[in-house]
Amino acid sequence: MNITESRSASQPAPGSFLKAVSAVVWKDLQAEFRSRELFSAMLVFSLLIILIFNFALELDIKTRQSVTSGVLWATFAFAGTLGLNRSMAIEKDRGCMDGLLLAPVDRSAIYFGKVISNLAFMLIVEIIVLPVYSVLYNINLFQPGLLLVILLGSIGYAAVGTLLSAMSVQTRTRDILLPILLFPVVIPVILSAVKASGGYLEGLPFEEILSPLSLLIAYDIIFTAVAFMVFDNVVEE
Amino acid sequence: MITVKKLVKRFGLKTVLRGVDFEVQPGEFVALLGPNGAGKTTFLRILASLSRPSLGQVTVAGYQLPHEAAAVRARLGVVSHLPLLYGDLTAEENLRFYARMYGITDHHSRITEVLEMVGLENRRRDLVRTFSRGMQQRLAIGRAVLHDPDVILFDEPYTGLDQDASAMLDDVLKTVAAKGRTVVMTSHDLARAEDLATRFDILSRGVIAASIKREGLQNGNLLSFYKETLAA
Amino acid sequence: MQSKPLTLTLLDALSIIVLGVATYLALFFAPTERVMGEVQRVFYFHIGTAWTALMGFILAAVFSVAYLATKNLKWDRYQVAAVEVSLVFFFLTIVLGSIWARPAWNTWWTWDPRLTTAAVTELIYIAYFMLRQGIDDPERRARFGAVYALIGGLSAPVTFFAIRLFRTIHPVVIGGANAEAQGGFAMTADMRVAFFFALFAFTIIFIDLYWNRIRLGDLQDKVEQLKLKVTM
Repeated sequence: MNITESRSASQPAPGSFLKAVSAVVWKDLQAEFRSRELFSAMLVFSLLIILIFNFALELDIKTRQSVTSGVLWATFAFAGTLGLNRSMAIEKDRGCMDGLLLAPVDRSAIYFGKVISNLAFMLIVEIIVLPVYSVLYNINLFQPGLLLVILLGSIGYAAVGTLLSAMSVQTRTRDILLPILLFPVVIPVILSAVKASGGYLEGLPFEEILSPLSLLIAYDIIFTAVAFMVFDNVVEE
Repeated sequence: MITVKKLVKRFGLKTVLRGVDFEVQPGEFVALLGPNGAGKTTFLRILASLSRPSLGQVTVAGYQLPHEAAAVRARLGVVSHLPLLYGDLTAEENLRFYARMYGITDHHSRITEVLEMVGLENRRRDLVRTFSRGMQQRLAIGRAVLHDPDVILFDEPYTGLDQDASAMLDDVLKTVAAKGRTVVMTSHDLARAEDLATRFDILSRGVIAASIKREGLQNGNLLSFYKETLAA
Repeated sequence: MQSKPLTLTLLDALSIIVLGVATYLALFFAPTERVMGEVQRVFYFHIGTAWTALMGFILAAVFSVAYLATKNLKWDRYQVAAVEVSLVFFFLTIVLGSIWARPAWNTWWTWDPRLTTAAVTELIYIAYFMLRQGIDDPERRARFGAVYALIGGLSAPVTFFAIRLFRTIHPVVIGGANAEAQGGFAMTADMRVAFFFALFAFTIIFIDLYWNRIRLGDLQDKVEQLKLKVTM
């Protein structure tokens, strides 16, 4: 057994953590760019939600100003669960989750890899929805502040969503369970993101946007840290 | 190479493994036989570090589970009845992904080598989704041996394969085992097991009920040995 | 058969007594509040149930950490009991609050921070039970339950804080200045008696129900165990 023991010890080599994270992200993006299943589903679903809101809220010029941020975040939240569900189902279907777990990498590398690819899918969809919405309703949504809010909100959403989707795919009720688990605990994200986006759209001074913005950052940090700490418990038996 | 002492595994109140003692020498090919629900898959998942033992000691390749799981994983290859492959990636991309997860530096030549071994080098750029069950299973074996593990675990590798695919899998399994690796395979296909393994252990009601070497089989009849053990 | 502990039986009796006394104090002993009149009397039970339910939810989050650290299923049973009793108590809080809000605010419901957080909290713990229902393996159920109760327990106060960024109309009766405008009031000495007794009474009732619920969980486990023995 000398040969085996002289090989890498029980601790993985430094840098292997980032390599594993990027391997997971790259694998997800590669598969997705080929099939475009998840992406097209999220995008079409987003556009349909905006369409439904159009009828539900009668988005005339006056109401548009005040409800735009709400409509956007409702759209992102609903489309987001679709993506999270699918992204985790891919890992579950052919036993790939076991494949990931069998690799000699830290479980948190798997968690961060999945968070980053889920975040990437969300951001790509959002980047397409924004100009479409801008054109349809004649509102300029390309403001640096708003983009920052969307990034921060999506981070919090993906951080918690990835953890919860890893749980929900392992239950009998699978797909339908994720939104039920996720929505009540991401309310702080939705709430402060809507407030902050609305603030930017109405051109409020930065001081008034600061509090929802800092809450968003605090949520991202707290919940990413907690999810990172408990992820082992969700994937390991 | 593998030492298991008094292993107990409970799922809540249900005890699946009740004191398993099991030892495998380097280079042995052990077939783990037993009726459905005897705990074969659970046992293999514990050896694979995918499930934690409730009680007892498990050592694989000189490292203790579950504390030194990362070290065990680096020396272990697993093939289950699921392929553990991504349908939307090609054969090569799947292997490249796992190569990066295992920190294999020179992965290009290793991937080619492995693909040749499992007879899929001409399909390397095809999506795994388009593969037949047998091809997927062969690629799964390629994935499992990619990092040149000392120990390989097969969990019912023949599930869902037809005659031809099974025969091809036989060849691959023999190649894999021939390199002096330690292999544990669960199966309820006695004929296949008899053909491949050097030792046969029977898991029944949560314990190893009997163990016999190939040489010890009376007139080479595994079936009668199996039936006698379960009847006892 | 494990018989019911004497202390628990005594506690059952005590619960009934204190509930009676608290009812008397709230409905007859405490003076009628001069602005809102009789409806203000729901306040005593409203606070009593709210306080104990919140304690229960905090306990549940603590049990999450305890379970994840030790993997002892005892903590899981404690957690389920705490969440279950708290869920009912908190529902009572909301109903009592609504009864009071109808004349005080002229509406059954308003999207004020406390009310919204209360609704969200109820939904979180309903989701908690739906999650548990979808899992058969008791250990996994406990792990997932613990993770979700922890995430939920952390997010509920953040939700409260987030909604506070908006204005509130909920009165702050204790330790709040300038509350009378939205239906707040200053407590007289007799009101305080009724108030603190209600807190005490509901704490006793909560502990009693909680204890009974844990005992029920333990007995359920026993039954399962015996069933397994019979089928083995």
